[in-house]
Amino acid sequence: MSVSIEVENVSKVFSMHYHRTLKQLSVGMVKRQETSKTFQALTDVSFTVEQGEAVGLMGLNGSGKSTLLKLINGVMKPDVGTIRTRGRIAGLIATGAGFQPQLSGRDNLFLNAAILGMNEAETKAKFDEIVDFADIGEFLDTPVSHYSSGMYARLGFSIAVHVDADVFLADEVLAVGDRPFKQKCMAKMQEIRSQGTTIFYVSHAAASVESMCDRILVLESGNLNYDSKVVPDGSVQGGIRYLHYDEPETDAGDEVSSGVSARSDAALGADI
Amino acid sequence: MSDVKGRRDNAAKRARVLSRTKAAMPVAPSLDGPRTERAVDAELESPVPKGGIVGVLQQPYLLRLLVRRQLAQQYAASLLGFLWSYIQPAFRFVVYFLIFGYVFKIHQGTPNFAIHLFCGIVFVHYFSETVNGGVRSIWSNRSLVKKMAMPREIFPVSSMLVAAYHTLPQFVLLSVICVVVGITPDWTGLAALLLGIAIIVVFSTAIALLLSAVNVYYRDFQNIVATLLQMIHFMVPMMYPISRIQQLGADHPVLYQLYMANPACQAVLLVQRFFWYGTNKHDGKAAGINGSGGFPPDMFLRGIITLVLSIVLLWLCQKAFSRLESKFPERI
Ligand SMILES: Nc1ncnc2c1ncn2[C@@H]1O[C@H](COP(=O)(O)OP(=O)(O)OP(=O)(O)O)[C@@H](O)[C@H]1O
Ligand SMILES: [Mg+2]
Repeated sequence: MSVSIEVENVSKVFSMHYHRTLKQLSVGMVKRQETSKTFQALTDVSFTVEQGEAVGLMGLNGSGKSTLLKLINGVMKPDVGTIRTRGRIAGLIATGAGFQPQLSGRDNLFLNAAILGMNEAETKAKFDEIVDFADIGEFLDTPVSHYSSGMYARLGFSIAVHVDADVFLADEVLAVGDRPFKQKCMAKMQEIRSQGTTIFYVSHAAASVESMCDRILVLESGNLNYDSKVVPDGSVQGGIRYLHYDEPETDAGDEVSSGVSARSDAALGADI
Repeated sequence: MSDVKGRRDNAAKRARVLSRTKAAMPVAPSLDGPRTERAVDAELESPVPKGGIVGVLQQPYLLRLLVRRQLAQQYAASLLGFLWSYIQPAFRFVVYFLIFGYVFKIHQGTPNFAIHLFCGIVFVHYFSETVNGGVRSIWSNRSLVKKMAMPREIFPVSSMLVAAYHTLPQFVLLSVICVVVGITPDWTGLAALLLGIAIIVVFSTAIALLLSAVNVYYRDFQNIVATLLQMIHFMVPMMYPISRIQQLGADHPVLYQLYMANPACQAVLLVQRFFWYGTNKHDGKAAGINGSGGFPPDMFLRGIITLVLSIVLLWLCQKAFSRLESKFPERI
């Protein structure tokens, strides 16, 4: 098997520039305050993914998951370290696709497909399939700024899965989809997985990561603290346990309502 | 220590609730068939797309899509649509022609003053539109820049192409008018035309490229550019003949050099050498505006130097762009 993604000692630092005016800048200089503050989003992250592996990436909000995906996708460059990937990359990053709000769904479809490396003939051949899967009906020629957030995500996801990529990134893409669409997407991702595409899947839902992934990475404030392939006796379940996502809920008031939905979720999960 | 653990427990609890309610995900069974092995026929390399103007020009399909979309977008929700890109220059032409031609009586010493003026209007229009559209291009495509991996030079370059698309019919109109009036083209004039076009294309692309990147950091630039571009009409010899500037140049050599250093000014001069001078030559009117048509004798030398400097500038702007670009997604 060949290496699909290689991440070596990658760090990413954001400088938090507050939007300052000239006045604020000069006052800051005179008073010798620091003019910018930095934030370390990723610290010395290293791992290698083989072609065809399905990797789940978990961690709390702000732990750097989307940042890592942006680096792998090539939208951002790491400050330290190197990232190398093999083949075509497609996917969705941080809920939603990169769409031009003023353009119609159709125009965005062509544009996005072109950016992902599809040529005109390829896009036209797959056009109907993409539109069918997204199921956005008569809204195809409406500007995407008028779409509901679910429709936005549907179209984006549909384009990304039809690209025939070698690496597929999915970052909470389905968070806004409705249940039937989520099921359709999960099934599609399993199909992609079975075709030997490398999958990088970010989700807060332990059960879906468990069913989708062969391997789990856990990020904690920018540090890669659990890699089921590296940790002795590591497993996907182990990673979820590491995150304490499997512990029973102790809050009694919450238990009644959310417990029911959790159980029905589990039941649904077992069904399909 | 326990504080850290407590915080983590709390956060984990929040995440659990989240995973149960909002992010509840259906689970699809693994497809139990054999997993295909996928042989990827590619090198292991950086996922960042190869940028640069050269990289952009190697993606003609994407560039064409962007240009077409940008054009469609400009005329969405407008009744006159494409006509707007003619109304503005036409209106400007009429105003300048009446004010400078009749009020200031420039047309008396300048035969075919309308062509003299129109040459300037067309090329200044191209320059302004490239720079004006270019400076905004990255910021207005921020939703794409933030999420898609692509060479970002594509946005200023497509602004330049959109400007060219708008200017081309004006250029054709200028040519037709010159043919109707009667033009005698000559090789020197043709060389001047090509040199002028090359200067304006390279120079405006360089400026658009640099400013589009700087504008991501400080949005003041789009206003600065819009303000400065208002002056450009007065800084090229179109409402007045260049001979007026040369007369002033005798007393103010530094100002004269500054005026002449403007690449847009040189481009207009060179283009006038083909169109305007060409229409004046055959009936001897050009003699009235002295042998060389009143053009500065060092026009070609200056033009070639300016073209070389513009190419160097484009290269420098590309360098600067590449440096600024790496921080785009996080600054937007
Ligand atoms: N452009 C930016 N400028 C400054 N800080 C940023 C920027 N982008 C992200 N960050 C910071 O980096 C950290 C990691 O963000 P990231 O989006 O990767 O988190 P995440 O793990 O995806 O979280 P979530 O589960 O909410 O999606 C956050 O603290 C965030 O505030
Ligand atoms: Mg995220």
